[in-house]
Amino acid sequence: MYFKRREFFQVGSLATASLMLPKFLKAFEKGNMVPPGNKVVVVIQFSGGNDGLNTVIPITNDIYYKERPRISIAKSEALNLNGDAALNPALTAFKDLYDDGSLAIINSVGYPNPDRSHFRSMDIWHSASDSKDYVYTGWLGRYLDHQCAGCDKPTQALEIDDVLSLALKGEKENGLAFTDPRRLYSSSNERYYKAIENSHQPTEETVDYLYKTMSETLSSADYIFKQSKLNPTSTIYPATALGKNLKTIASLIMSDINTKVYYVSLGSFDTHVNQEAQQKRLFTELNDAVKAFTSDMKKNGRFDDVLMMTFSEFGRRVAQNASNGTDHGTANNMFFVGGGLKQKGLINEMPNLKDLNDGDLKHTVDFKNVYATVLNKWLGSDDKQILGKQYEHLKFI
Amino acid sequence: MAISNRLKNQHLLWRAAFGPMAENTAALDELSQNKLWELLLKTSSKKPQKIAVANNLVDGLVEGVKDLSMQSQLSKEQKGRMKRQQSRADLKNMNLLWMDQMINSQAQLREKMSLFWHNHFSCRVVNSFFQQELLHVIRTNALGNFGQMLKEVSRCPSMLQFLNNQQNKKGRPNENFAREVMELFTMGRGNYTEQDIKEAARAFTGWGFNAQGEFVFRKNQHDNDNKTVLGKTGNFDGDDILNILLEQPQTAVYITKKLYRYLVNEQTDDKNIQWLAQRFYDNNYDITKLLTDIFTSDWFYAEKNIGNKIKSPIDLMVGIRRFLPMELERDESQLLFQKILGQILFYPPNVAGWPGGRTWIDSSTLMVRLQLPQVLAAKESINITAKNDDDVNMGMVKEEQLRINRNKAYVDKGASGEIDWSLISKAYVKTARENLSQKIADSLLQTSSRVAAHTLDSFITKDSRENFIKTTIIQLMATPEYQLC
Repeated sequence: MYFKRREFFQVGSLATASLMLPKFLKAFEKGNMVPPGNKVVVVIQFSGGNDGLNTVIPITNDIYYKERPRISIAKSEALNLNGDAALNPALTAFKDLYDDGSLAIINSVGYPNPDRSHFRSMDIWHSASDSKDYVYTGWLGRYLDHQCAGCDKPTQALEIDDVLSLALKGEKENGLAFTDPRRLYSSSNERYYKAIENSHQPTEETVDYLYKTMSETLSSADYIFKQSKLNPTSTIYPATALGKNLKTIASLIMSDINTKVYYVSLGSFDTHVNQEAQQKRLFTELNDAVKAFTSDMKKNGRFDDVLMMTFSEFGRRVAQNASNGTDHGTANNMFFVGGGLKQKGLINEMPNLKDLNDGDLKHTVDFKNVYATVLNKWLGSDDKQILGKQYEHLKFI
Repeated sequence: MAISNRLKNQHLLWRAAFGPMAENTAALDELSQNKLWELLLKTSSKKPQKIAVANNLVDGLVEGVKDLSMQSQLSKEQKGRMKRQQSRADLKNMNLLWMDQMINSQAQLREKMSLFWHNHFSCRVVNSFFQQELLHVIRTNALGNFGQMLKEVSRCPSMLQFLNNQQNKKGRPNENFAREVMELFTMGRGNYTEQDIKEAARAFTGWGFNAQGEFVFRKNQHDNDNKTVLGKTGNFDGDDILNILLEQPQTAVYITKKLYRYLVNEQTDDKNIQWLAQRFYDNNYDITKLLTDIFTSDWFYAEKNIGNKIKSPIDLMVGIRRFLPMELERDESQLLFQKILGQILFYPPNVAGWPGGRTWIDSSTLMVRLQLPQVLAAKESINITAKNDDDVNMGMVKEEQLRINRNKAYVDKGASGEIDWSLISKAYVKTARENLSQKIADSLLQTSSRVAAHTLDSFITKDSRENFIKTTIIQLMATPEYQLC
């Protein structure tokens, strides 16, 4: 047996029992079951290279307006933060979060020798490697390796997607990807799989490894499905992909699942042509989903335990191109949302548009410092082991 | 465990080809491995036909917009976008055509080795013409001379573009190409210095391509000063560097080791590697001779080397389709599985290629792998359940219905097929019913681990011999054991 079935059944029967309890009793029970202070991270990946300069806009910088005569966002339209910086007009919920101290922005995040290829740069962000190295594990996968040695269910890191990202692949452990807990449950809930799993006797190492993975998947699918039904959110989420995904995440956060990391993607931000409309559409989807999610977390007393972070594989060029778009660039900003921030608002300087590298922003913060901070200060893990090097911690959490 | 002659032959067929076909299953009891190896060589001896889907850069620029006056109205960006769209469509076609070769061509060894080199000379560019030419170089040289292939690949616009050599100019060197040639294509890390890379990069200055997608050497961009690479000094050009790299015995070791991992075992054996690499080097990088050394060695057929490799998604999909003669409803559905299982031909994750082994497996990919045979046979299983009408089988019918619903997402995309079961049944015509289950397992699985007979038994339809064979095959393919070869 690869996992302790008895313990498992207990979780299962509790979950079922709780569904039948009257609501007031369930609320009471919830207080006991949800471990207070169970900190989780929700990563939102902006796929395709989001244009950071039209996300956090340098409204007093003439170079910005000069380099982007047609796609810059006017001071009067942008959502003013501190007089020098303003948010994209579509990000109203982020402006509200900024106002109540639940948003931190780090500008100019990147890495040395930046790569302008989507997939290569995404690889670098996922694996947290130097740009000259090829690493086949992700930073969150290695977190699992470290955190979860001997775990019976790989549910500590979940990706809401059909395909598991490199970020969540470890040497020994992998996160688990699914789009819908019910579908995951139905695709693994087959008598045949359970029967062959039960009758399997350890033999060759690789066969056993596959059976172990199958066994973990079957038990996780069961576990996730039951957890997702334990305390499903009653908040209304927008009917977009991101809205649905954040709703799934919210319901799991409010269960007693052992998940520490949730991962979800939005895109494509590859705005070479007619940037404004495309970015606006994506930001509207982001904004509405995050608005529902944050108010849900606040309402249910979990906002202090959630850290939501956004990133993209690169930012875009300072100057616009000939098609009212922007081409691949380098450094970019990151958002951090949650009730537990130690530093709020803009926590470093806006990007320097005078000191460019071939028309691209120079990074002032290495993303690996951000990872180290999140791994250590939020997830309480050994960031040096996971990242292979000690990176200085930032102070925002 | 005694290793049967059949198991050895199947081992050779899984490693040097894409696995056995049901129709040939009887012959594998008798044939010797040397004879089978000769057959594999013979059937791959012809030079391959180019898989041609794309026009060159100029002809193919605005495919579909034949009206010249309309072309001239398009902006540069619009043309570029159309070109990229066309290229992506071409790449899909090329992907499916190549997969078709792997499944149906008798040149199994050539295609299997081409897949290895496709991963070794890993390249990811959208330009379909470039990719087409690179694939042709690879398929043509897959069993020939490694040095020759290295030189031809290094002149391919796809590789020059992918590794930024178009930007590698005198006075402003771009080291990407030189670095990857050493790190990934020839010697491997730790066998040269950063200085060697810098110097080699200068030798490759001026290597580029023109708008027709042809290699050009731009003399005025070439650095004509002396370079010192791996202890040798001279006014080297790119070919000189490649020759210097081929002179290094380490190159033979690196390639042999990588090939050993692909063909024999992820755990390498130093003694075998050393012996093979020395002969590879002495034979002037003759790939066929190296393969013959591997596949005619006793150690290749040792128990520890059999049934321990996780099939790549392509190996898995092609292997199923090789065993089961079938017509898919829509060939494009195979792209969906390539994506979900993590191996899209022409889209390797990076220049280092697909890492393989256990990285193929996570919760999602494993469950889809197990589902795959059921999806392919989805139509068949509907027929099977229709015939079940007793009480015991009612539960099965319900389960079958669940499975059908679950597979629907794939089936709706045309992922299921017509399978020629009568042909498959013929392969087992001489096998007595009581031995049938064992015989099928022996022809499908390379592991010593097997699903327990009594467990399997309750998931098999027994109302006819053909249904018995069908369900046994599909259920055995839907096991962790079948993921290995």
